[in-house]
Amino acid sequence: MMIDIFLYLLLGMSFLCFIRVVFGPTMADRMVAIDIFGILVVGVCAILAVKTGRMFLIDIGIAWILLSFIGTITLAKYLTGKKLDE
Amino acid sequence: MNNISLIFFGIGILFDLFGCIGLIRLPDVYNRLQSATKSVTLGTCSIMFGVFLNYGFSGIGLKALLSIPLIFFASTVAAHALIRGSYKYGIKLWDKTVVDDYKDVQK
Amino acid sequence: MKYLTLFICMFLLWLLLTFNLETPNIIVGLIASLITTLVFGKHFLKGWKKFFQPRRYFWIIIYLFIFTWECIKANFDVAYRVLSPRMPIKPGIVKVKSSLKTEIGKTFLANSITMTPGTITVDVIEDDFYIHWIYVSSKNPQVYTKKILGRFEKHIKRIFE
Repeated sequence: MMIDIFLYLLLGMSFLCFIRVVFGPTMADRMVAIDIFGILVVGVCAILAVKTGRMFLIDIGIAWILLSFIGTITLAKYLTGKKLDE
Repeated sequence: MNNISLIFFGIGILFDLFGCIGLIRLPDVYNRLQSATKSVTLGTCSIMFGVFLNYGFSGIGLKALLSIPLIFFASTVAAHALIRGSYKYGIKLWDKTVVDDYKDVQK
Repeated sequence: MKYLTLFICMFLLWLLLTFNLETPNIIVGLIASLITTLVFGKHFLKGWKKFFQPRRYFWIIIYLFIFTWECIKANFDVAYRVLSPRMPIKPGIVKVKSSLKTEIGKTFLANSITMTPGTITVDVIEDDFYIHWIYVSSKNPQVYTKKILGRFEKHIKRIFE
């Protein structure tokens, strides 16, 4: 019961992140929002793993945090003005 | 279902909420990174610690415990990279910024 | 020897992450940590001898407690700034000089600064840390250096140097 409320709250926060993605004035704002969204999804995965009792959801969370990290680093490198293969 | 882990979930979600409100309210990208990175990282780490308390020293519990330093390093390094990238890209600081020592070392 | 230390660390991490002791799992883990060691071995830290000094682990545990406390304080600070209607922020980028020598120590110090109240590291150029501060309370370099670095620097020096 309590866990359902937590899941809906996390969904509401993801919606707040998407507001920033839509209205963000610069590209960096959008990327910050997407990075934060990636960390929130890890929390959703952990709570779902406790609720349903399926172990592999934690693995999905770990993989998601690594992928989100790589995406953010790539955009940051693009912003500093380097080419992507340096 | 363990009550202590529910309390940790609640604390984590409260901190996540503060971070997301900061993401909406604060004026420029640097301040947004300040609030969002700190709060959301600690919130998710608290949720992971709740999972660990729920399962104890089993496979899934240890995995949740090991993902805490992973989340921590990933988010802080991403924050450094983003803030440095947006400074070099030329995004201006907020109007009411007081000092800017980093301007001197730019070419 | 440097490679062997990295190999043992990687293999222990694999065992903790997968958490079973069947033979195929161990073989896959050995192969994976061997590949990781061969690719990333030359970027591993130089002072591998420090891994085998037990006194450093003791300081790491004490440091973890201090750091968690600072982290929780940081979050209440952020909550106060975000939720109060007037938004008491006065941001700025300041320069701070540290006395750490090793690369890994600087990395840990930069990450710790990011998680403490109101500060985030922008760049590290040799000894100088450029720090974005959400509320610049004084413009005297000595005062803010003590305020930002004071708690962490001596503990990190005990751990990594």
